[in-house]
Parts: sequence; structure tokens; C-alpha cells
Amino acid sequence: MQIKVNEQDHSFAENTSLGSVRDRIKSDADLLIVNGFPASAEAVLSNGDQVVLIKRGEAPRVEEFDALMTARHTPGVHARVKDATIGIAGVGGLGSAIAIALARTGIGHLIIADFDLVEPSNLNRQQYFIDQIGLPKVYALRDTLARINPHVRVTACHLRLTPEIIPEVFGHAQVLVEAFDLADQKVMLIENFAARFPDRPIVTGSGMAGYGPANTVLTQQVARNLYLCGDATTAAAPGTGLMAPRVGVAAHHQANAVLRLLLGEPPDKEGKL
Amino acid sequence: MDIIFNGKAREIQDGTCIQELLDQMQLDCMQLVVEHNNVIIPRQRLAETPLNNGDALEVIHFVGGG
Repeated sequence: MQIKVNEQDHSFAENTSLGSVRDRIKSDADLLIVNGFPASAEAVLSNGDQVVLIKRGEAPRVEEFDALMTARHTPGVHARVKDATIGIAGVGGLGSAIAIALARTGIGHLIIADFDLVEPSNLNRQQYFIDQIGLPKVYALRDTLARINPHVRVTACHLRLTPEIIPEVFGHAQVLVEAFDLADQKVMLIENFAARFPDRPIVTGSGMAGYGPANTVLTQQVARNLYLCGDATTAAAPGTGLMAPRVGVAAHHQANAVLRLLLGEPPDKEGKL
Repeated sequence: MDIIFNGKAREIQDGTCIQELLDQMQLDCMQLVVEHNNVIIPRQRLAETPLNNGDALEVIHFVGGG
């Protein structure tokens, strides 16, 4: 019979017990899961069962993690994202969530840049923790990303992005994610990256404040190599604050746009990606 | 002369540069990305970029928040 163990296919004789599978594949495992539920070593397996063997507290090795990601994301997809370098300018509400989504996707290299420190008010929507208050955001985020997927290479740049250094910081980025807060800074970043790397896509965010409908947030091609995620109109303002749900929707539009660009998915006839 | 402005035909005065057109439309270039014939034009070059008949101009307005 065929059994999937830690996402890999194996053949076993009929009526094999979970304990004997453990002994053959991962004898030090102390947590045995069959089809999503913890099970005992005496449990008898059936054809098609999915088994996960875990040793508590042990991180999977690079090859094991790679095999898990390949199985989850299909080999072709994983190979392409694993080799990708993505730049993220600004790691506030948008950028911190985008970085986490891309790390979980298995992007090989993330370049994150921001001059900000974690402040208590950031915790309403940004992916930081109480014990990270006062730390530079890029270092706090690098630590968080390492806890999620230690095999993603993270280049953390604690600096203010000026026109002069943008091409240097993001020189290796195949796709640039704009995740700033202020409109004029968004424009400054896009102009300067596009001037130096006109053929590389930029994924930008504009219009995600408040608690209006999530369904008005779109991903649209607005220029040859510029994709805008958001409703394009709702600015952060008194009474229309930035809140976790809608900022998260826009951030994940951006992360998904990056993934679609890496995989060569084109926008539709109306320019929606 | 006629240009394509954000996908629609628009008649403008001959010899207008991009900055002049934005000024006439009372648009704040600090919050705009301007793409001229598929090339993004930095704001400091808007005043030195003339528009010609048939040009395509995309003006993308940005709002704050992130």
C-alpha cells in the first residue's frame, strides 16, 4: 500500500503499524500524526494515509524543509520561487506582512529596508510583537522570518531609502515591492527604481485605510511595469485609520502579485493581475 | 494636438510639456507617478519632457497608508 510520510511517498505491506513506519523512517519521532490526528504506535495504517513524524523541538534540515515545500507547492513552482530575490521597501503594515507571506512561500532571498523602530502603536496591524518594541523593524522582522523559515536568506538594511541608494540596496531584486506609508515616498521610490531598472516589475500599494469593503481592493497593472494593489483612493486620515484586516488584504494582494509575476502569469484584458 | 491620457483621447495645446499639463489640471506631482510612452518619468524631468501628437500618458495618483 502507498503511504505518504512527511510529504514523501512510500510503499509498505498491508496492515503495517504506525510504529513500524516510524522505526523505519524516523525512529526518534515522538509525535505521530495520521491524517491530521495524533495517533499511537499501535495504530494500523491503510492505503493512502498521510503520516507526519515529528521529533518535538527539532527543526527540519534544509533538505527536509525543501522536500516539504516542493511537495506543498509543486516542484516547478518551488524551484522558481527558491531562486528568486525580492526587494521590500518599507516593513510597516504592508511590508512586514508581505515579507512573512513571501518567506512562507519559500522565496530564496528577501532584501528588506526601513529606518523605523517598532513602536507600540504599530502593533495594531504590523507583524511585530510586544517584546520587539524599540528594535529596528528590519532586525525584528529578520528574527521573525528566521523562526518561520530559516532557509530564506534575509538582507536587512536599517537605513532611510534615498534616491541615491535605492539602486544599490535593491540592485539584485527581480521584483521591487513598494510598502511605504507616505504617498510622496511611494512616488520617489518608484521613479528612482524604474529609472535604473526599467524592465523590472514594481508592486505598489495605494488605498487600504479604514474598514471599507475588502472587495474594493484590487491588483491592477497601471503602467508597463507597475502593478498597484489597493482601492487607489482611501488615504490614511483622521477617522480612516490603518487597520489590520484591510492593510492585510492589500499586503497579500501584493505578495500574490509578486508570486504571479515570478511564475509568469499575465494580467487579464482589463489589466487585473 | 491629441494625446492619450489615462487611456482616453484628450486634446491639448501644441508645445505643452508634461509639467504644464499637470499644472493646468491642478495635479500635485509629488503624489503622482507619470508614465510617458511606457517610460516612467522622474518628477524633476517633467518640465523638460515635451508632449507630441499621439503620445500616451498614464498618470497614477497615490494616497498615503501602508
